[in-house]
Amino acid sequence: MDLNLDAPHSMGTTIIGVTYNGGVVLGADSRTSTGMYVANRASDKITQLTDNVYVCRSGSAADSQVVSDYVRYFLHQHTIQLGQPATVKVSANLIRMLAYNNKNMLQTGLIVGGWDKYEGGKIYGIPLGGTVVEQPFAIGGSGSSYLYGFFDQAWKENMTKEEAEQLVVKAVSLAIARDGASGGVVRTVIINSEGVTRNFYPGDKLQLWHEELEPQNSLLDILNATGPEPMAM
Amino acid sequence: MTFTIPIDNGDAVKNAEADSQRTLYPYVTGTSIVAIKYKDGVLMASDMGGSYGSTLRYKNIERVKAIGKHSLLGASGEISDFQEILRYLDELVLNDNMWDDGNSFGPKEVHNYLTRVMYNRRNKFNPLWNTLVLGGVKNGESYLGMVSMIGVSFEDNHVATGFGNHLARPILRDEWRADLSFEEGVKLLEKCMRVLLYRDRSAINKLQIAKITEEGVTVSQPYSLKTFWEFQAFHNPTAGAQGSW
Repeated sequence: MDLNLDAPHSMGTTIIGVTYNGGVVLGADSRTSTGMYVANRASDKITQLTDNVYVCRSGSAADSQVVSDYVRYFLHQHTIQLGQPATVKVSANLIRMLAYNNKNMLQTGLIVGGWDKYEGGKIYGIPLGGTVVEQPFAIGGSGSSYLYGFFDQAWKENMTKEEAEQLVVKAVSLAIARDGASGGVVRTVIINSEGVTRNFYPGDKLQLWHEELEPQNSLLDILNATGPEPMAM
Repeated sequence: MTFTIPIDNGDAVKNAEADSQRTLYPYVTGTSIVAIKYKDGVLMASDMGGSYGSTLRYKNIERVKAIGKHSLLGASGEISDFQEILRYLDELVLNDNMWDDGNSFGPKEVHNYLTRVMYNRRNKFNPLWNTLVLGGVKNGESYLGMVSMIGVSFEDNHVATGFGNHLARPILRDEWRADLSFEEGVKLLEKCMRVLLYRDRSAINKLQIAKITEEGVTVSQPYSLKTFWEFQAFHNPTAGAQGSW
């Protein structure tokens, strides 16, 4: 059967989930756009589902919010009935249930990541259509196109927590450099047996890439610093 | 278990699209499955790729799974629909086991069930976007069949889905025999998979070959095939005509 695959585009965002030796690190940019306008330059795309499970949201802001709201609600009840924290697998499966059964209406790609006492740190990717794929690391959103090659080269098993977070921050930062739909700050969430840590990396604290310049307060500072000299091209 | 997000059905016209649930196109897809009957049973080969449009996004997807004790199911097409089919079959096999009557579903039964499911979904204009290959052995009899997303169902000595239909089946028509040994069968499948690797854009070089015999199911570990590029004609194809390809 000749498939005319109009590759559906997940618009706006770079999201990443990475397992390491002891837990997971989730990362995302902070840009929400309506067309060409940046509606929110400091959004939080890493949303809590339970104490130990978070989800990175991409695609339609509304769709991803409503799906995560429903799943948070279900998991809350499930935790009460179960009498102990929900597992990452159950959380991912609930997301899958909604994503698959409403595949005609929803346009959101999600990455579920967390830690539970049975399986440790786990990452599940749930792209458009509602497929669930358990992966050692997952990338999603429009910015992820620029990261496939990067991860093919830079990913390795059994990283430390610090290495994993640095990798995530570097990757989101690289995607932001090239994807117009991604931008703002880099947010990370680290989840392990000890708990959850949220981190925040504003644009000016990130490494500079190709053809990016050190931010200045004003041209005047540059001119004054080096003394009056002809402006060069 | 389904949960459909409740929508306001106030405006029937606006919601016509949402009401008539229909799958319009696949998102994450698997490419060809190639399968043959051989002396002791059935061999089935697939790669481990999940494509997202033209991107080779997932490289560790198992597209061949054991069903009960006597069957193997391979799927190409939308992976989420394949995962849903596996859930249906889980329930089917579970209920079958609960009868505890010493009987268990063979490949014929599973194939028939899948055919009904696929055809009925097609009739509702909401197909499961897969082409399924069902192989198995029960009571010494080998079985190999296929069901498409529109419910077309048949059995044969060798089957292939997608690109495999065009590239692998001619090879199989030429070289398949009923008394193939395991080694010969694997070599034959690898010949087909190599051609698919050369000529199918959505194929990746990471495959699994699954075997089913009276004894049971074995799915091989993932492995890669060597490819050949040392034809003289490949080395300098445009030497005689610069600018050609």
